[in-house]
Amino acid sequence: MSTFWSLWVIVIVAINIVGSVWILFANRKVEVRGDLPEGEVPTTGHVYDGIEEYDNPLPGWWFKMFVITVVFSVVYLVLYPGMGNFPGVLGWTSEGQWQEQVDEAEAQYGPLFAKYSNTPIEELSANPEALKMAGRLFANNCSQCHGADGRGGYGFPNLADSDWLYGGTPEAIKTTIVGGRNGAMPPWGDVIKEEGVVNVANYVFSLSGRKHDAAMAAAGAQVFTTYCTACHGADGKGNQALGAPNLTDDIWLYGASPEFVKHSIRNGRAGQMPAHQDLLKDDRIHLLAAYVYSLSK
Amino acid sequence: MDQENQRAKQHEGSDEVIRVLDLYETREKIYTRSLKGFFKDVRKFTLFPMMAAYFLLPWLNIDGRQAIWFDLPERKFHIFWLTFWPQDFMLLAWLLIICAFALFTVTVLVGRVWCGFSCPQTVWTLWFMWAERIWEGDRNQRIKLDKSPWSKEKVIRKSGKHFAWVSIAFLTGITFVGYFNPIRELVPDFFTLEAHPAAIFWTLFFTFMTYMNAGYLREQVCLYMCPYARFQSVMFDKDTMIVSYDPGRGDPRGARKKGADHKTEGLGDCVDCSLCVQVCPTGIDIRDGLQYECISCGLCIDACDTVMDKMGYERNLISFTTEHNLAGGKTNVFRPRFIGYVLVLCAMAALFLYTVATRVPLDVGIVRDRNMLYRETPEGLIENIYTFRVANMENVAHTYRIDVAGDYDFIYKGESQITVAGGEVYTALVRLELDPGLLRESNAKVYFTVQAVDNDGIRESEESRFLGPSRRR
Repeated sequence: MSTFWSLWVIVIVAINIVGSVWILFANRKVEVRGDLPEGEVPTTGHVYDGIEEYDNPLPGWWFKMFVITVVFSVVYLVLYPGMGNFPGVLGWTSEGQWQEQVDEAEAQYGPLFAKYSNTPIEELSANPEALKMAGRLFANNCSQCHGADGRGGYGFPNLADSDWLYGGTPEAIKTTIVGGRNGAMPPWGDVIKEEGVVNVANYVFSLSGRKHDAAMAAAGAQVFTTYCTACHGADGKGNQALGAPNLTDDIWLYGASPEFVKHSIRNGRAGQMPAHQDLLKDDRIHLLAAYVYSLSK
Repeated sequence: MDQENQRAKQHEGSDEVIRVLDLYETREKIYTRSLKGFFKDVRKFTLFPMMAAYFLLPWLNIDGRQAIWFDLPERKFHIFWLTFWPQDFMLLAWLLIICAFALFTVTVLVGRVWCGFSCPQTVWTLWFMWAERIWEGDRNQRIKLDKSPWSKEKVIRKSGKHFAWVSIAFLTGITFVGYFNPIRELVPDFFTLEAHPAAIFWTLFFTFMTYMNAGYLREQVCLYMCPYARFQSVMFDKDTMIVSYDPGRGDPRGARKKGADHKTEGLGDCVDCSLCVQVCPTGIDIRDGLQYECISCGLCIDACDTVMDKMGYERNLISFTTEHNLAGGKTNVFRPRFIGYVLVLCAMAALFLYTVATRVPLDVGIVRDRNMLYRETPEGLIENIYTFRVANMENVAHTYRIDVAGDYDFIYKGESQITVAGGEVYTALVRLELDPGLLRESNAKVYFTVQAVDNDGIRESEESRFLGPSRRR
C-alpha cells in the first residue's frame, strides 16, 4: 500500500471511531420543549391500528456496551494490522497464522509419517496400517490423474499392472515421484511421411501380435530400424532409462486403436509427471512409493 | 419509566419547561422480598427435577460411555442408546421446531408459565437470589446493607454472597462442558490443569456468563434480550391464562384498619401494601395490568393471598385468570387456536418418532472419479471408477452386500461384500465396465444398493452415473 492510501485508510478509520464516540455522547441527553401532562407516557408519535409506540429509554448497560465496543476497536487496531501500513504491535500476519497451523499439524502428524521413513519400501507395501495412510495421500495427490484405483487412463499410466515406463523397483518409483518425469516422443510425420506412419504402425502392431498388414509391416520394419530403435530398442521392448515404452506388450498409454497409435507416431507425445519433492515431504513420498509398489503386486 | 430520568428546568424569565431526557435509563436494582406461598411450592416440582436432571445426567454411563455425550471432535452425538451423526442433524432441527411448537401450545393455554416456572434464566436467578438472601438477608436488610458504608460485616456478607454465586456458576459451567467432554475425566483433569485448554476456556466462560446472567443481568435478559418474551403476545388471546389483578374488586386502593368495613369507606379490597411489587423479580406493579415484563411466576399471587388471609378477605385478588374471566365471562379452553396447535404438535411428534424409530443406521456416499470421464480397458471395454464411503452408524459391525442395477448389465469389478466395524467409515473402490457397443447414450444411470447381510431393514440405494464416449452419428 502506498503512503497515500495508507494515510487514507488511517484517516477514515480514525474519523469513524471519533465520529461514533461523538454520536454516542452528543445524543445521550436531549432537551424537549413543553411539559408532559400528568399521567401520560411519552410516545414517539407513531400510531398504527390504535397501537402507539412508546418512547422508552434504552437500558443503561447498552451505553456501556457501546463504549466497550469502541475500546475494543482501539485495542484491536493497536494489536493487529488495520491502520493502513501499521503492522500492529503483535506482528500478526495471515501467512504467519497459516505457518503456525502448518507447524501445529506437522507436530501432530509428523511423527506418524516419520515412524515409517526408515522402513524399506518393500516391507511397507505389506503393512496395512502404513498403506491406509498412504492410500489417503494417494487419493489427495495422485488420483486426479491416475484414478482413484491407480489404474490410469488416457495419457496417464496404469500403476496397478506390471508394465513400467521408468522401472518398477521401489527405488525407481520413488525417483519418479520425487523428480517427476518428462516423456518425450518426437513427431515423425514430417520425416517419414504419411506412408511411413502407416507402415510403422502396422509393424508396431505386429510386435504385440495384433492384427496387421504383413506387407506394410515389412516396409515399416525398415523405417523402425532407422528412426525408432534408438529409443525403443531393436526388439521394440523399450528402454526404461529413457522412459521409452515397451511396444511388444499390447499396453497402450494413449489408446489402443490404430488411429491413436498413428497419431502418436505422426505428432509425437509429451507426457509429464510433475516433481513432488517441493510439494510433499520425503517421508510422505516414501509412503506413497510403497503404496504404488503395492498396487502392482 | 423515564419520568424518573427527567429533570425539569425552567427557562429564566420564561414559563416554558425544558425537559432533559436521558436516552438510557439506569437499571434500578430490584430487591425482592421472600415470601412463602402456593406457587413458590409448585415451582419446587418443576425446578428441582430439572435441576437434578441437568446436574446428574452427564454422570450417567451406559454401554461403557457417557449416556448423553455430544462428541464434537468425532461428530457423534450420543443420547442414551442412540448415536446421531452429522447426517442426522435434520432430526435435531425438527426436534427444536417441535419443542418450539410445544412452547407455543402451552403459551396459548396457560400463558408464560415456561418463563415463570422452568426457564433456566428464572431458575438460576431464583437460585442466586436464594444465595443472596442467605448471606445478606431479606429485602429490607439488603437495602440497608447496600446503603451502609463499608464495614467488616459488609465485606464478609458481600464476599460470602459472591463466593456462593461463583460456586454455583462454576458447577453450572463445568456441568455444561461435561456434556461435550466426558465429565468423569473433565472434573479431575480440570483441577490438575490437564484438561484441554478449550475445555478449561469454556468452563470458565460459562462460569462467568452464569455469574453475570443470574447475578447481575437477571430480569434484563427477559426485558431486552429474550425474543420469546417479546413475540409471545401473538399467541395470547382473551382465553389465555395470565397473572392479573382484579381492578373491579381491588380499586379504589387504600390503607385501612383491620376489621373496619372498607366498603363503607369507599375502598376496594386492595390495601395498597405494595407487597406484590416487592416480591416481583422483574420489578413491575401487576396492578398496572398485563405487561410484557410479567413472567407469570405467580409470586405476587402468593404475596397478595397472604395479605388477603390476614385481612380476612377472599383470596385471588391477584390470580391466574383470563381476560374473559375478569370481564365476567367464561374461559373457553377448547378454542380453534389451541386445538390447531395441539393437532399440529401431535402430528409432528408422531412423524418425528416414526422417523427416529425407522432411521437406517447406514450412510452411503458415492463419488464418481471426477477428472477422468471414463477409461478404456485393454479389452476395449468402457470403465468408470466409483469411490464408496460406507458409514456404519451402529455400534456393532455389519457385513454389507453391494448390488448394482441400471440401464445396462454392467460388469461389476470390486468387493461384493464389505465388513464395516461399528461406528466406522469404510472406503471401497468399485469399477463398472461395459461394452461400448451396448451404450446407446453417453450418459447412463446406475443404482448401487448397499444391503446389510444380517438385517433386511438396513439398506440404502444411491444413484450415480456411468459415462462413456459420445456416439457419433
